Amino acid sequence: MTKSKSPFERPLSRRSILKGTVAAGAGFGALSLGDGKGLEFFRDAMAAEHPPIGTWPAGSTGKEVYVSIAVPRTGAYAVQGEDELKGWQLAIEHINSGHELLRKISPNTKKGILGKEVKAVVTDSGAKPNTAVQAHQRAISESKAVLLTGSTSSAVAVATNKLAQREHILYLAGISGSNDTTGKDCVRYGFRQNFYGETAANAIGPVLVKQFGKNKKMAFMTPDYTYGHTVTKSVNDYLTKNAGWTQVTNQVSPLGAPDFSSYLLNIANSGADVLINVNWGRDAVLSIQQANKFGILGKMKLAVPYQIPFLAPEVGGGLLAGVYAATDYWWTLEDKYPLAKAFNAEFVKKYGSRPEWGAENAYVSFAHWARMVEAAGTFYPPAVIKQYEKGETIPSLIGDVHYRPEDHQCVRPVVIVRGKAQKDMKNKEDFWEVIDVVPGAPLMQKPDAFGCKLGDYA
Amino acid sequence: MINWANFVSQAFNGLVLGALLALISSGLTIIYGTLGVLNLAHGAMFMLGGYAGLVAYSYTESFIVAVAAGALFVMIAGILIERVIIRHFYSRPPEDQLLVTFGISIVMVEIVRFFFGSLSQTVPAPALFSGITSLGFMFYPTYRLALVAIIAVALLVLFFILYRTRIGMIVRAGIEDSEMVGSLGINVYRVFMLVFGIGAMAAGFAGIVNAPVGSLTPDMGETILVQTFVVVVIGGVGSFPGAIIGGLIAGEIISLTSMVNPGYAYVMLFAAMTAVLVLRPYGLLGTQGRE
Repeated sequence: MTKSKSPFERPLSRRSILKGTVAAGAGFGALSLGDGKGLEFFRDAMAAEHPPIGTWPAGSTGKEVYVSIAVPRTGAYAVQGEDELKGWQLAIEHINSGHELLRKISPNTKKGILGKEVKAVVTDSGAKPNTAVQAHQRAISESKAVLLTGSTSSAVAVATNKLAQREHILYLAGISGSNDTTGKDCVRYGFRQNFYGETAANAIGPVLVKQFGKNKKMAFMTPDYTYGHTVTKSVNDYLTKNAGWTQVTNQVSPLGAPDFSSYLLNIANSGADVLINVNWGRDAVLSIQQANKFGILGKMKLAVPYQIPFLAPEVGGGLLAGVYAATDYWWTLEDKYPLAKAFNAEFVKKYGSRPEWGAENAYVSFAHWARMVEAAGTFYPPAVIKQYEKGETIPSLIGDVHYRPEDHQCVRPVVIVRGKAQKDMKNKEDFWEVIDVVPGAPLMQKPDAFGCKLGDYA
Repeated sequence: MINWANFVSQAFNGLVLGALLALISSGLTIIYGTLGVLNLAHGAMFMLGGYAGLVAYSYTESFIVAVAAGALFVMIAGILIERVIIRHFYSRPPEDQLLVTFGISIVMVEIVRFFFGSLSQTVPAPALFSGITSLGFMFYPTYRLALVAIIAVALLVLFFILYRTRIGMIVRAGIEDSEMVGSLGINVYRVFMLVFGIGAMAAGFAGIVNAPVGSLTPDMGETILVQTFVVVVIGGVGSFPGAIIGGLIAGEIISLTSMVNPGYAYVMLFAAMTAVLVLRPYGLLGTQGRE
């Protein structure tokens, strides 16, 4: 971006002070009229305090604000993408109507955000970084989007992080499990609500050790991009350091591989005791189904460190019975958390089925954003970012959470689940049993451990 | 992961992968050899066979009906596409042919996506072949073993049509010199239509018999198309036996490289293709006269 020659960028001058004073005075004067227009005028006057940045103020001067959602609706991650999209759409509906559930997380929300209706521009990213970035760029130039979201692949999340920082527009990661998203590829303009490789590893590690014992041989299946590599490394590091496990093979495959037979034969011949499958989306479904067909699941135990929405019903055949996984959310947590219960009920009412964790992450991250903007009193991105960076304790669907100012990662619990046998399922969506809800803070690395340098506000 | 058991397992798996590639590539190569059209919709036809079979299976729950429906549907679709679109492109430059077949493939993929969505679909293996077989040195899915036999039979049928029937003789003559065949008073265009139908049928048949191995998605043809092109180049453009040998070689390269490092499987495949192009520019069994 070329630097604009805006008069606002000049050092403080007599003229700018005068201008600010007049604007502020006019704003307060208008406010005293006591109607909504007065508030708007005040905000416009606030705008004069800052140089334009990203799509601010242009994107929030009308009655509506646009959010750009780029989510996979085709390809290997399409099923999970649709679930996320449902979460965002429900959140937008609740923001615009000032729904009671959303107000439990964002109490200042009335209707819309700062009185503006939220509208979404939805595009299919196909889980490809280039496609996602192009879609966001279109939404920025055509709709002046004030917020970017989406990703079911950390490759997309990392690419959108960079776009967000360059364009100075806030980005909330969708599903993204890579340590890098709030690690070495973190940015000032990016935030992540959900759990990730390191927290997943530290939460599920003790469970695997307790279940399978020490000094085991493990085989990994890893998708070949930032999510796969960082999750595999975190899980491997935990199990080797804490329980003397050894990695006998790591089968790295491309995202969307049509056949896993070659990888599975290597695993079948590796002598492993435990198969740790880091594959995601349809790749996870296919690789688990094929592992079964190659007789591997009879010989070694399966573990899924980063749970995949709809994995159990898609894999079918009760293959996940007894399998441990770490996740962000499972609907039966409603027994313990009232907000989860309310969310499930609203989701079922709108879509006819229960939410998975992609939808939960989408809903909560939007509710948090609504809260931050309302608290900041402006869409001005640096002000919203600073609001997040206060690190205030705020509600989520499963208890209180906060965002770390150093890396913009939400400190939130990780849920450990175990696959149910078909005979134990109480209804057709009762696939997992919640074993533990592990508090987030002790699971996390030090903020600078993965090389996070947030960058500038402007 | 290099050890004796794994070597035998991967070599065997390479045979299965190779058989599938051979079947799909044989359809591509006879179309190109006879019509001179590089059919970029061949991968989409592979996909279409899977979906047509899926529909038949959902109504009848019979795998045999699904296979017959998948193959026949794509053959009929192929003949229609040839009559309505492709025949207008025989005399046009190759780049026009590439563009039109590429366009056809996009249309086919999006039509399937419209009706079936992007979510993966599965066709179960027939009950007879649904289990796991122990081969002593490894466990192997029974259906994949059956697949080798199914494909071998299909290739034998294709061989019989091409080498033991009058139409096959005309097709082979057309591959060598289509102008001469035309000047002998044979309606070359009718032969072209049939060849396109047979080639499409091979892809459709492969699509449905392969369905129980993986899963069906609208974009599944993209990956397979690239692999079949490599197979055809290695085996020799227009050569039916070349497609079979090329397929088996490609399957073994992918599997055996995976034993050392799966990340290099496709690198080795393309390296092999490059080596063939340098040493035998017309492929292993191709001849200079063919285009």
